[in-house]
Amino acid sequence: MTVQLRDVDFDPCEELAAYQQGVLDQRGKYGAVVSFVGTMRDFNDGRAVQAMTLEHYPGMTEKNLQRICAEARRQWDILDALIVHRVGEVRPHDPIVLVAVWSAHRAAAFDACRYLIEELKTRAPFWKKEQWHETARWVEHNTPVS
Amino acid sequence: MSVQIRYFASLRERMGRASDSIDDTTVTSVAQVWARVSGNRSLPVNTLVAVNMQYADLDRAVQDGDEVAFFPPVTGG
Repeated sequence: MTVQLRDVDFDPCEELAAYQQGVLDQRGKYGAVVSFVGTMRDFNDGRAVQAMTLEHYPGMTEKNLQRICAEARRQWDILDALIVHRVGEVRPHDPIVLVAVWSAHRAAAFDACRYLIEELKTRAPFWKKEQWHETARWVEHNTPVS
Repeated sequence: MSVQIRYFASLRERMGRASDSIDDTTVTSVAQVWARVSGNRSLPVNTLVAVNMQYADLDRAVQDGDEVAFFPPVTGG
């Protein structure tokens, strides 16, 4: 279970490949990899957004994400999980978060990946501040799932 | 008793500072910490609380050396 915060842009595909090559010690054991990538839009609530700053609570963020990963491992038969999350200034089209889960069979990987991203969005102490043309505003809530 | 207090995001901007420190044996709960640092103002609606980096309620007791954080709803991911 690995949690990483990044203050510069990252490539989710490269992260996934590098993790499988270098860190994951489950070669031949997993039959499913499910990943989710959250990417910054150039609009929100009908307004154009130029950039966004992601603030977080250093220390609590990492502990909280590790706890969410441990909860997923207790609930589903998964082999490993990876969360990479941006902090700092983010531009439209930049990846914000990568969540990946490895398991022997697909159901556990799908369910655990969904759990991780939804719990992250409601519990991990990150805050988005959007930059509009001349102003900025704090995002007050995430977009509901449905 | 010494307690460190931290504020994040819009609440940090509203407070005009990122942190406070109080040293007062009469402060025994998170609610009392907030009353002390805010000058008895009401806590903004939906504000979340953490004690030592774990979510907590306003009636949670605080002890010497605790870190108490106040922040708005989270919006990561």
